[in-house]
Amino acid sequence: MTWVADTAVGATTEPEHGADPSRRDFIYIATIAAAAGAGASLVWPFVDQMNPSADTLALASIEFDLTKVVEGQQVTLKWRGKPLFVRNRTKAEIASAVKDDGASMKDPQKDADRVKPGKANWLVLIGSCTHLGCVPTFGGGDYGGWFCPCHGSVYDTSGRIRKGPAPLNLAVPEYAFLTDTKVKIG
Amino acid sequence: MSGHSTYEPKTGIERWLDARLPIVRLGYDSFVDYPTPRNLNYWWTFGGILSLCLASQLITGIILVMHYTPSADHAFASVEHIMRDVNYGWLIRYMHANGASMFFIAVYIHMFRGLYYGSYKAPREVLWILGCVIYLLMMATAFMGYVLPWGQMSFHGAVVITNLFGALPLVGPAITTWLWGGFAVDNATLNRFFSLHYLLPFMIAGVVILHIWALHVVGQNNPTGVDPKSKADTLPFTPYATVKDGFAMSVFLILFAIFVFYLPNALGHSDNYIPANPLVTPSHIVPEWYFLPFYAILRAVPDKLMGVLAMFGAIACLFALPWLDTSKVRSMRYRPTAKVYFGFFVVACIILGFCGAKLPSDPVIPHLTTFTLIDSDLNSFVWLSRVAALFYFAFFLVILPILGLKETPLPVPDSIASPALAHPAAAPAEKG
Repeated sequence: MTWVADTAVGATTEPEHGADPSRRDFIYIATIAAAAGAGASLVWPFVDQMNPSADTLALASIEFDLTKVVEGQQVTLKWRGKPLFVRNRTKAEIASAVKDDGASMKDPQKDADRVKPGKANWLVLIGSCTHLGCVPTFGGGDYGGWFCPCHGSVYDTSGRIRKGPAPLNLAVPEYAFLTDTKVKIG
Repeated sequence: MSGHSTYEPKTGIERWLDARLPIVRLGYDSFVDYPTPRNLNYWWTFGGILSLCLASQLITGIILVMHYTPSADHAFASVEHIMRDVNYGWLIRYMHANGASMFFIAVYIHMFRGLYYGSYKAPREVLWILGCVIYLLMMATAFMGYVLPWGQMSFHGAVVITNLFGALPLVGPAITTWLWGGFAVDNATLNRFFSLHYLLPFMIAGVVILHIWALHVVGQNNPTGVDPKSKADTLPFTPYATVKDGFAMSVFLILFAIFVFYLPNALGHSDNYIPANPLVTPSHIVPEWYFLPFYAILRAVPDKLMGVLAMFGAIACLFALPWLDTSKVRSMRYRPTAKVYFGFFVVACIILGFCGAKLPSDPVIPHLTTFTLIDSDLNSFVWLSRVAALFYFAFFLVILPILGLKETPLPVPDSIASPALAHPAAAPAEKG
């Protein structure tokens, strides 16, 4: 009965080491939780380092002078590492795009929603196929617009997907007209 | 590694070492005294050939890194520097580039052999799955290695393959940006691919050790698929398997040398000698030949996400194979119906590879227009690849599960030695 004698000396009722399993379990769980939390928080920097770095993110916007592009011409710029098409569309191209507004499409969108109001001739697109990122070429395919050489996606004169495996229309980036002849992209 | 060791150290040094690190014993038990089935044919020599390929790729790769510059501005020029200026640089680079193709030739034969002789069936499931893991790592390594010269095919191949992950719903775009380290494939992408291309072969070597370990636990399969039962069924690894493997390796090296010295660019694409240009995609983009069947499956499906899932599913079937095949008989030598379907399967894989190299809308039979079915003319490579892809999946998901329950196999020999000894040529002259 030494155990009883020992506790009787102290004024508290605290038992011997190991006699209270819940207290010891708490220490184990707390230690493991702290180690797991520390480990998990260390994983994030090692994952996030692969995301775009600050200098890559800084290359956000460019300005472009539209007087360089005559009607029926297209200029390809490099923006955020990707090709950017700036196309000065002909009347026929615009008419053909507007005529097809009601056609059945994978990603339905009106031609007017893809250009700025009153600037229907200027079509600005990210020149990256929405299938697997190849650069489509103008003048191929059955719809008078772009054709992707990789897997055969066909876009119309508004850059809308009409045929092939791509799921979405060619993306229109965020851009604004600074003046009648100058745009800022991004 | 199976059974007890028969190694007896002969010298004092060997005895001393054996008591401290029995590494000579391990080598002796694994590669000298190890019992191998006596009936192994030449299809069984590709394991050894694959070790040779891995060693060759590691050595040539480590040397190339001494001269290569992993940078979007300098990578292409540094590869040309290796080709033109570095002493024997052309040889080492051609060995490395063609070595990758040789590696895949050997691994495909090795896999078809495993498929035909049922080497994935119990108790070899883990052995087979480890092999599938090695194959996946090989594909990742080869893909990233092809990006490093930073030519047109390198660049746009990387764009297409990384965009595959963009097909995943919700997380797709975030994953591709994360893989790229930017908004497009660029310098950051090249550098991480270089780092991983250096790492993965050592991971392959690690899984190869597990693969061989698992092999030595369950023992080798053999053309009859019957487990060795007595000493009459086996022969020691040395000299029988070592000499046979050595001869096969020599023949394989002749093929390798023909490519390195006479056809060094036959398996590559000439567009990869044009420096990468993000603004222009080559008019006809194709992956390396060893990816073509999967590329054809990707393009066979008109929907982006489903195409990606089908492509990965084609590889996932291999992992599930041990549980898809319900047949009790291991070797297709005794499965007459399965043998026929296996033949069709090999043909389907070759057709898929062929389709992967063609434009989807091109006609299979020239100058013939039939009628448009769904989205393309019936006489087109996209429809041929659809038929072949359908058979590919049917083989794993329908034929093997059902056939194993339905077919009547031929009688399987009691032991490996018995059919050999029962062969008229081996039997003692019969009397009366």
